[in-house]
Amino acid sequence: MKSDKWKPWALLAPSLSAILFLLVIPVCFIVVYSFWLRAPSGADIPAFQFGNYAKFFEDFFYPKILIRTIRISFETVVLCVVLGYIPAYFFYRSESRYKQAFLLLIMLPFWVSFIIRTMSWINIMGDSGLINHFLLKIGLIQSPISMLYNEFTVLMGLLMYLLPFMVLNIYVSLEGIDKSLLEAARSMGCTEWQAFREVTLPLSLPGVSAGCLLVFVLTAGTYLPPMILGGPSNDMIANLIFKRVIGTLDWPFGSAISVILLLLLFVIVWTYNRYLGINQIFKSLQGN
Amino acid sequence: MKQFSLGWTLIRVYTILVYVFMFTPIVVVIVLAFNPKQFGIFPMEGISLRWFVKLAQNDAIIEAFKNSLILGSLTAIISTAIGILAALAFIRFEFPGKNTLNTVLLSPIMIPEVVLGVALLLFLRFLQQPKSFALLLIGHVVLTLPYVLLIVQARLVGIKKEYEEAAKSLGANAFQTFKEVTFPLLLPAVLAGALFSFTISFDDITATLFWATAQNQTVPVKIFSMLRNSISPEINALGAVMIVLTVTTPLLAGYLSRKFSKVKD
Repeated sequence: MKSDKWKPWALLAPSLSAILFLLVIPVCFIVVYSFWLRAPSGADIPAFQFGNYAKFFEDFFYPKILIRTIRISFETVVLCVVLGYIPAYFFYRSESRYKQAFLLLIMLPFWVSFIIRTMSWINIMGDSGLINHFLLKIGLIQSPISMLYNEFTVLMGLLMYLLPFMVLNIYVSLEGIDKSLLEAARSMGCTEWQAFREVTLPLSLPGVSAGCLLVFVLTAGTYLPPMILGGPSNDMIANLIFKRVIGTLDWPFGSAISVILLLLLFVIVWTYNRYLGINQIFKSLQGN
Repeated sequence: MKQFSLGWTLIRVYTILVYVFMFTPIVVVIVLAFNPKQFGIFPMEGISLRWFVKLAQNDAIIEAFKNSLILGSLTAIISTAIGILAALAFIRFEFPGKNTLNTVLLSPIMIPEVVLGVALLLFLRFLQQPKSFALLLIGHVVLTLPYVLLIVQARLVGIKKEYEEAAKSLGANAFQTFKEVTFPLLLPAVLAGALFSFTISFDDITATLFWATAQNQTVPVKIFSMLRNSISPEINALGAVMIVLTVTTPLLAGYLSRKFSKVKD
């Protein structure tokens, strides 16, 4: 073939420069800024010192938020697996002619704004919300119970956002299973349950773990559900970043917290990639 | 398969319950948008369109809608255009560092939007530029590019190289080949990518909240600032309009493209 070595680079030039200038360099800036000083006047002074990081670990206030972020992300992952596996399995095994419609429906929340899905929990769990209204009406309670602004409601908001990602990941890996393997297991005398346990479940685990990673990463980086559905004691690390950067305009400290969040996620993604490989995640996102 | 066994029935019931869980908040927004009363949520006191009327009269909201539509459309056009080019490079050519570069281009998916928001804002601050519409646009292009790339790449893998080679052997140049052969075959993925990036841009709040200003509010940002007081039927009405818009667009496009492709056969 003729020398067309330059061609792929020409095709890649726009997207690579976009990512380079709008993502790679700006993220490097966060790292640089995290070492800067903030003058009492509010100005940022270039420096190389670890004061911002020291401030984060100086007492238990910030590390507690970091640990809470990890805990809530973990809880969300577990809830997503528990709530998501069976529906994904249902789509996989269903022979209904409405199967495509079911799948489309579970994707539908992707198309509904995150903020609407989050704030609607107030409609449901607020003092005059759906649940209180129902309980009052059937006479189970005399006055509304307050249910909002705690970790439970934050988890509800997070689930709303992340469950479709999990279902999709599991479904994609289930779809990839050769159905003749199941038939073989059945013909050799396995019960339905044994066939599931010995064949389907192990083969779907790559999808489950890819879903777990994606859900964890997305949860750890979000601030909207704690902000709208949580109280002050439910803040996650992204809320902290938002408050420092948008609220108090403390760029150096906000940058340091961002770096800490990035490091946390990097360690998780790197470990995952080392043992399980990361490509499964991208596979599931292609379909929608 | 036994579709009528007890186990299968349980699976079905479980799935339905998960659906109820996922859809209650969405349905409730739409229902409450018609709630005529000003305070409180339930019980509904009849059905009214007053909040939709109020929305239509609110200039700030109309402005936010305009911003969101323009932003979403421009994001879709730019992302799809540069995404197609990148996908062509990855699927049709061999070059060193291909896998690494592919991962780099997909990395915005794995980087928290908060960090993306701060990073771009910080860069802008360093360049001493004010926040602007352009910031929102470039930010949204970064957010959506990976999805376009994934969708177009997946489709391009399925298009045989032989078609393009046939066109070339018949004397078409590279551009003609792309225009007459590759692009028409790629069209469903192009549309899907464009729609997906439009919706992501239209709906995004996490990063957008960092980039938006009072002059450049999008609809989700507007909803966010209205939520500061408390939830109201007006917010639900605005939510309902957004849901209808972002949900029917892809459904309609899917329907049209199916109809379109049938006519062609």
